Amino acid sequence: MSNEQQAPAETKKNTELQPSKRRFGWLNEAIVPLLAILTAVLIGAVIVFVSIPGNKLPTFDPSIYGSRSDWFFSTLPERLRVTLSAFTGLFSGAFGDWTRPSTIPVAISNTLVESTPYILAGLAVAVTFKAGLFNVGAEGQLLMGALGSVAVAAFMPQWFGVASLPAIIHLPAALLAGVIAGALWGIIPGYLRAKTGAHEVITTIMLNYIALQVMDYLINGVMKDKSATLQRTPFIHENAALPRIISKATDPSLTGGQAYPRLITTTSSTWDLRIHMGIIIAFLMVGFIWWLMNRTPKGFEIKTVGENPEAARYAGMSITGTVVGAMGLSGALAGLAGTSQVIGLEYNLKAVFSSGLGFDSLAIALLAKSNPIAIVPAALFWGALRTGAGAMQVNTGISINLIQIIQALVIMFIAADQIVRWIYRIKQAEGGKITFNRSWGK
Amino acid sequence: MKFTRARGVGLLGIFIAIVLLFAVNNSLGNKITETSKIQSIWDFTSTIRIPDSAKMKEDPKAPPVAAIELPTMVTISLICGALILVGGVLIAKNPERGWVAPYMSSVIGFGFFSILLWAVANNSVDLSDTLSRVVRLGTPIAIGALAGIVCERSGVVNIGIEGMMLTAACFGYAAAAISARMIYGESLPENVVKGVVWLPLIIGIFGAILTGGMMAALHAWLSIRFKVDQVISGTVINIMAVGITGFTRTNFLLKFESPLRAGLPQMPLGPLADIPLIGPILFDHKPITYLMILMVIGLNFFLFRTVWGLRTRAIGEHPKAADTVGINVNRMRYRNVIIGGMIAGVAGAWFSLEGSFGFDDGMTNGQGFISLAAMIFGKWNPIGAFGGSLLFSSADALQLKVQAYNFDLPSQFMQMLPYVVTLIVLAGVIGRAKPPAASGKVYEK
Repeated sequence: MSNEQQAPAETKKNTELQPSKRRFGWLNEAIVPLLAILTAVLIGAVIVFVSIPGNKLPTFDPSIYGSRSDWFFSTLPERLRVTLSAFTGLFSGAFGDWTRPSTIPVAISNTLVESTPYILAGLAVAVTFKAGLFNVGAEGQLLMGALGSVAVAAFMPQWFGVASLPAIIHLPAALLAGVIAGALWGIIPGYLRAKTGAHEVITTIMLNYIALQVMDYLINGVMKDKSATLQRTPFIHENAALPRIISKATDPSLTGGQAYPRLITTTSSTWDLRIHMGIIIAFLMVGFIWWLMNRTPKGFEIKTVGENPEAARYAGMSITGTVVGAMGLSGALAGLAGTSQVIGLEYNLKAVFSSGLGFDSLAIALLAKSNPIAIVPAALFWGALRTGAGAMQVNTGISINLIQIIQALVIMFIAADQIVRWIYRIKQAEGGKITFNRSWGK
Repeated sequence: MKFTRARGVGLLGIFIAIVLLFAVNNSLGNKITETSKIQSIWDFTSTIRIPDSAKMKEDPKAPPVAAIELPTMVTISLICGALILVGGVLIAKNPERGWVAPYMSSVIGFGFFSILLWAVANNSVDLSDTLSRVVRLGTPIAIGALAGIVCERSGVVNIGIEGMMLTAACFGYAAAAISARMIYGESLPENVVKGVVWLPLIIGIFGAILTGGMMAALHAWLSIRFKVDQVISGTVINIMAVGITGFTRTNFLLKFESPLRAGLPQMPLGPLADIPLIGPILFDHKPITYLMILMVIGLNFFLFRTVWGLRTRAIGEHPKAADTVGINVNRMRYRNVIIGGMIAGVAGAWFSLEGSFGFDDGMTNGQGFISLAAMIFGKWNPIGAFGGSLLFSSADALQLKVQAYNFDLPSQFMQMLPYVVTLIVLAGVIGRAKPPAASGKVYEK
């Protein structure tokens, strides 16, 4: 998170005048997002405190408590306890119960598994942010990526009339199919935006709904597993699967006769982890996007088009090409997120596949201020929230939707960082913002 | 030969017509004599609807019916032929203006008509019922578009209409359910059960309007006071709406027992509703649908004939000039965004109190975004946006209508139709539509 690549020109001038502040540049960058998270979580705690479900509290009985407000005040300690247990539940769900060390590896692995698609989809959105585009279509691109990869991973040997293909062909083919399918789904709104001016926010949302129907059609039609009662595709071939890093061997009776690969096979259930090579791919992509954005002419073009399209046009850059390219790259990354979910984690595609990943990735990209490196902690935070939310629901009966409220609050505080700065009396940062809203037309 | 918008639209029209022709030919090819019967009650005294998917029985007591029987294959072929012909003209002559929107509308309109004919081949359909559904389903889209117009005409892009509708639907329903419980207790008294429970429903509508206004106030506060990018601010509204409504539903609404069992009732407008064909389409609806028609006409009047309208348009086109003559730009924007949110609240009430009774997660289903497309289609004019809403809702109405028939097209394709149509219309029309000049720009003195 170096200061140079994040800060626009004016800030750079500022930091050069005051070299002593420069060393902690990243801290200055990070302080507002951290405080935004803190504030959002605190508001979430207040919501929990006020709206604890009735079965966790003594029922309101007029003969004992007199009035509703007396009842409310007399339940304060209990409310405090439930609120705390909500957050300890959140923590232990995400990072394990530290009083029982054997739960730690599974919890942390679950958090990492949950974060993998967030990293990739967050990167996807961040790339379009850099180009001044607001891609709400990560969800649809992810679905199409998942569809493309499962088509190849489950059916490719059939097309060639063989029982199985070697992993060296089948795995890359499955990855590529997902990437291409996602990229195509991203190029459509990119092209429409560049050529006709149709705003990408509406077109990508429409494409999300269309992708959902396409998936529904395919997994109920040609791609349906005829032997299964659930609506799902057949299991993918074992040679097309991304290996899990450390796990028990698969039980072929549960996976349609496929024995999926593991780097390390273990028999201990403490180390029976779901973490797969997708996370490595995600980290590689973070590096690749950082390099692309900061060390190549293409990245410079994307950023210039995003910050000042007029200047880019005068400099002879192709706006159309850059917009279509950025959306294609974004779609490819989102498609990769879907692919890694299918061939690394699920091993088939079910009717209920992705839930709100598209909007989550928007939040992550905003939280990371579209900085590729900062996407990693932002996505880990999100993955931890999601993993922990399940445990919290069990502990306190508070709905998982609380996480969505916290999420919206985080985005709000990041977007309107003046609020956070005003609450915590932090000085205003200088520098321009990319605007997404260049009106509806061209 | 340069690739222009007119040529692109012509090409797309020809493509759609050819695909349609092939699909119909595949499905009905060997049954060329089949006919589709389109009918409507032709009688000034009865309000009976004709059941779908069945030929009218020769019942002497049945009301008189006006019907035309069209040979399915021949009619569809003629329609597609004409569309291909006009598309060809578009490609050859590349007209500058005046062709694109009418041609696209007719591709979509006649395309829908062909699909309807195809679905009811060897069957009959009640035309007035189909068109009445178009108006009914167009209601939330049109109201949402009006909300968008009020915001954007004053220079604030409102992408959060979807979220405002969703929250309003949730809390409108909650307000109705809770107030009914407070007024009537556990169950409705005997004399109320049969009639319509107006008071809680009206409280519900006001609750929805208030909720929409509050969400809009947040949008205005973020985008005017804190100068947050309006697209981001709208997205915040949308995400927050999903969270708040989901949380409210699982934590409260699901556990709450309300005596209320039904939403807003059908209100046929007396003898007007009995007019053949037109009656059911225009004068036999539920209250919010009538309200929508009044709002379209009203907003058109207010926007173009009053001081408020002039000022609104001024701060959307040239805020600096408006400021110079003494209009407080930001105060005016606050007010208009909140009014827009309240209008979106009415659309929200439609979802949970009129269209169906009850609240479901994500029940707005992208209609808020479709209403933005309708607004663009209508070039930021209320009447035009209303037309656009009917175009989009006809996709929805068709989709619901053909479910009753045994039909070759997979249901998923019918369900994606509204979204595909929105996408096509947006891409085809938008270049010709000009948004208010200051729309989306922060005003700073």
